[in-house]
Amino acid sequence: MDSALLGSGLPTCSVNISINGENRSLDIPPWVTLLDLLRGPLELTGTKKGCDHGQCGACTVLINGERVNSCLKLAVSLDGAEVTTIEGLGTPDNLHPMQKAFVEHDAFQCGYCTPGQICSAVGLVKEGRARSRADIRELMSGNLCRCGAYSNIADAIEEVLGAEAAQPYKEAAE
Amino acid sequence: MRRFDYTRAETVHDAVVALASNPDAQLLAGGTNLVDLMKYDVARPGAIIDINRLPLKDIEELPDGGLRIGALVSNSALAYDERVKERFRLLSSAILAGASPQLRNAATTGGNLLQRTRCYYFYDPSTPCNKREPGTGCSAIGGVNRIHAILGASDKCIAVHPSDMCVALAALGATVEVEGPDGNRDIDFADFHRLPGEHPERDNTLQAGEMVIALRIARNHFNRNYTYLKLRDRLSYAFALVSVAAAMEVVEGQIVDLRIALGGVAHKPWRNALAEAEFAGQEANEATFMQVADRLLSGAEGQGHNDFKIPLAEKAIIRALKQAAAGRPQDQVVKAIQ
Repeated sequence: MDSALLGSGLPTCSVNISINGENRSLDIPPWVTLLDLLRGPLELTGTKKGCDHGQCGACTVLINGERVNSCLKLAVSLDGAEVTTIEGLGTPDNLHPMQKAFVEHDAFQCGYCTPGQICSAVGLVKEGRARSRADIRELMSGNLCRCGAYSNIADAIEEVLGAEAAQPYKEAAE
Repeated sequence: MRRFDYTRAETVHDAVVALASNPDAQLLAGGTNLVDLMKYDVARPGAIIDINRLPLKDIEELPDGGLRIGALVSNSALAYDERVKERFRLLSSAILAGASPQLRNAATTGGNLLQRTRCYYFYDPSTPCNKREPGTGCSAIGGVNRIHAILGASDKCIAVHPSDMCVALAALGATVEVEGPDGNRDIDFADFHRLPGEHPERDNTLQAGEMVIALRIARNHFNRNYTYLKLRDRLSYAFALVSVAAAMEVVEGQIVDLRIALGGVAHKPWRNALAEAEFAGQEANEATFMQVADRLLSGAEGQGHNDFKIPLAEKAIIRALKQAAAGRPQDQVVKAIQ
């Protein structure tokens, strides 16, 4: 079914990718990026296409728990990988702590970069290397925000990191 | 993106055979540069050989206390490896000065060596570029050339190598292990990348069908007096205008061993090992560091928009050597330059 959505007649490769905990067997042309796979045939449009060249971070997702620009990954190269997108982190009724913190801190205006910011921030927390506000700013530098919500984004992450230090939370996707 | 055939290599041998048998093939590792170049129609491989399954993801101990780094070790894994943080602090620092966490998670060690220049014209297939299409001319000469080379350029190409990691590797004197159809060989880091000369389309000295397998770095004494100083248009997530990897061994105020390489100024990391040796035995002070800058920048030539790089590089060299001598390496998080 997935392959039909990508059009017929093109050469395809078979890949198995776990997306938000669900195993998907896909036949896809090799030139399809993970970003285009997510937003197109899989209809997971939470992940955004900003620059499409690894310069803005809007397309950030977690691959095997690590944050990566999905626009620069050929989906065919991800056989066996586990991908988590913004849709896999939380739901409107059960927000991931990072999503909740972004809402509470008004950490966005237009919201276009937000899914990438949140996935990147979740990756940052998991990496466990941010110890200070300066660390947060540096380690979030791969996510641009044209509205300039940076200070509120850093506030949101700081709050989650603080809560994390007090009481580690389990990832919603796990 | 143009269509291409896709195969996954299961062994290094398979990858090398496939690469050697098809001049139109390219290897895919992290994809952070190649996929981008394919989107811009700059790279047009007819076949992609995915090497991500090859067993090249380990960092191994060498008998001398050095490390052997597999070509598929990610930039993040390398920069944050406890042994690298302890033994090769300059390398860790340089890696963390580059790109973003997302890109460092995907980008590989081998891929970092093989990344292409970020010259605007190289990236724009509607313009002449000798690196992209040999014989068409260089649009940067006489064009917009603020980010271009001040050293080692030719009348065919004034592009610069964009890596931070490679500047540290040049200073540390790493060895590149490659495998090709005729077996394995080692390439000194200084000989891996090349100057443009008459053939700017060739970034390095790999032969057809050869691939990078690993890097080796020998143990050194540079973990106290070192720094990676990177100057760029914004404080993070930008390529260097000028960067300096400096390392030295200092005993009682005297230089015993000096290593210094520049990024953002040439077609390859710029190092002059002969000049370095001349400073052994000299005082580690500003007067000496000014002479080092003079020697390293000997022959530097601006192209117009990038003229500022010459005085900038001079000041950056002196400042970096001061940081290294004082044992106060540049902090890659708090960007204030001490």
